[in-house]
Amino acid sequence: MLEFILERANYWAIIGLMMIGLYIAFSAENLIKRLIGVSLFQTSICLFYVTLGVIAGGTAPVLLGPDMPKGDAAGHGEAAPADSLVAGATERFADLAVTYSNPLPHVLMLTAIVVGVATLSLGLALIVRIREAYGTIEADDVRQMDIDADRAQANADDRDFSEAGA
Amino acid sequence: MIVQAVLDAAPAWVIQHAPALTVVFPLVMAPILAILQNGRLAWLASMATTAAVLFCAIVLLGQVQSSPTGVISYAIGNWLPPLGIEFRIDALNALVLLLVAGMGVLSTILSWPTVVAEISAEKRGLFYAAFLLCFCGLIGVASTGDAFNMFVFLEISSLATYVLVALGAGRDRRALPAAFNYLVMGTLGASFFIIGVGFLYAATGTLNMADIASKLPTLTGNRAVQAGFAFIVVGLGLKAAMWPLHQWLPNAYAYSPSFVTMFLSATATKVALYALIRFLFSVFQPGYGFEQASFAMIFAPLGIAAMVICSFQAVFQTDVRRVLAYSSVAQVGYMILGLSLGTAMGLSAGLLHLVNHAIIKGALFMAVAGICLTYHGTTVRDFAGLGRSAPLTMTAFAIAALSLIGVPLTAGFMSKLQLGYALFEHGWWWAVLLVVFSSFLAVFYMGRILQAAFFQPPLNPRATRKEAPLLMLVPLWILAIANIYFGIDAEFPLGLARDAAVAAFGAEAFR
Repeated sequence: MLEFILERANYWAIIGLMMIGLYIAFSAENLIKRLIGVSLFQTSICLFYVTLGVIAGGTAPVLLGPDMPKGDAAGHGEAAPADSLVAGATERFADLAVTYSNPLPHVLMLTAIVVGVATLSLGLALIVRIREAYGTIEADDVRQMDIDADRAQANADDRDFSEAGA
Repeated sequence: MIVQAVLDAAPAWVIQHAPALTVVFPLVMAPILAILQNGRLAWLASMATTAAVLFCAIVLLGQVQSSPTGVISYAIGNWLPPLGIEFRIDALNALVLLLVAGMGVLSTILSWPTVVAEISAEKRGLFYAAFLLCFCGLIGVASTGDAFNMFVFLEISSLATYVLVALGAGRDRRALPAAFNYLVMGTLGASFFIIGVGFLYAATGTLNMADIASKLPTLTGNRAVQAGFAFIVVGLGLKAAMWPLHQWLPNAYAYSPSFVTMFLSATATKVALYALIRFLFSVFQPGYGFEQASFAMIFAPLGIAAMVICSFQAVFQTDVRRVLAYSSVAQVGYMILGLSLGTAMGLSAGLLHLVNHAIIKGALFMAVAGICLTYHGTTVRDFAGLGRSAPLTMTAFAIAALSLIGVPLTAGFMSKLQLGYALFEHGWWWAVLLVVFSSFLAVFYMGRILQAAFFQPPLNPRATRKEAPLLMLVPLWILAIANIYFGIDAEFPLGLARDAAVAAFGAEAFR
């Protein structure tokens, strides 16, 4: 049982981070804290993908030793055309001498990090605008001010319409 | 006929690269508009761009219909799938592309008067740049065949949408918290989706959706696949405003600029729903035990709950835009109910309603945009007497409202009829009763507005002019006439929806 848990330490950490992030995103009243929760959630996803890419005993995914493509050793020879590299990829995986980790999830996460940065900066920009418009960044206060404004608007409308009717 | 004419007129490079061009046009134009900073020029350029994308979408439809396999595969950068990113267009993608591009053109034509009224001059160029990014993201979701690429396009469109919604702050500051809540919810939805894709990748070792689909049958009973399914359904359900994950929608629709509401209501939730359908029917198959269980235990009850509860909520709203927003969630319920049957007939009914609802809500929000521009108010009371003072706008509104209710000879009736057939065929006659009941509620919430508009004396003291400008009336009436035309002769959309349902199901064709 203990072994089962310890073997999956990464995943426990990811689940923990994810739940903390989700909880903050839902429960925090301060808008910046809410954004921190969302960011934490996204970061835990990056960890999840990176964990998926790791292969036990694998090394960094750069071809080395006997796996080096013939002809372009040390990167100075004729580079193999990209098409043949892709077309032959499956066969090339089969007879690799060294175990490599899967690089694809890391690359995917580079994209996800960019998306996360964009989201975070847009969220912060929105908070700045909310602070300018409302003078507060507490979700509760903002909601209360909206309700008050709504009521004032309804009363003003009533006045407008009754004057128009009279 | 039109499709064939467009196909003949298209130059060879468009025919060859149409799948990529739909995304490239708006993606290239957006930064140019952001640099130019000229509002009127940006509007004209956006119209040209959306029109070019519509042209490509029609070309794609023609190609799909004439292709023997019904699938067009386009390898981006000539990197072959499954390793490279693939754009894969079949009848379902073509339908969604046509819908998004068509609504994009119509709402862009109409946008200029409302943008002049609602967006300050120095922001107009940037506004259209954000719109084109949003448009590009939606088109990309509808064309890509790669699960991770779909996430990226989903986020491109969502991030642009948050900006567009927040720009409503020029008129009403409540747009800002609405945009922020949308951002938090939307980001969580996309994150759930990407976790699900991660699980599928862990189980199958590929990100190409057709490739995942071909590997899943060997993985029956795999927990990672089932967990991935759950995450993807929740994530896309959030984006598609599936009840009860719709909390972001009413405020986002009510406070964003009129043009944005009109465009989003016709496209954004539809595209997310497309992605959900693609995963439910093409990547996973309705035959899987856990998926059948989720159809019966999750989708059908939630669809029905949306239909009934949100229609009730719509009855009690005072702002017309909120009435329409709640009604949108209810209509998503019809589509979810259609696809939850898990049959080709149910799915085609759901897809037909998806198209018809885009036409209906597009027309309704266009009319509301016109009223908002000329009468500066969107409460039900502001609509009093408008049937007399703005007959052209309100007649189109009334036609679309009748179509939303589902009166015979309108498009809304056709899709509800198809949904009814599919439900009866499945033996769910009680669900038919609930559909009728929900339509009855629609009579209340739309009837309240129509009653105010046509049977009450004009009250609104803030009127500046009577009718909406001609630029708005033309697209509005195109959609209103489409509502009637498709209600009488539904051959074209119904054929498209049937082809699309078969394409979504046809695992063989999809692979």
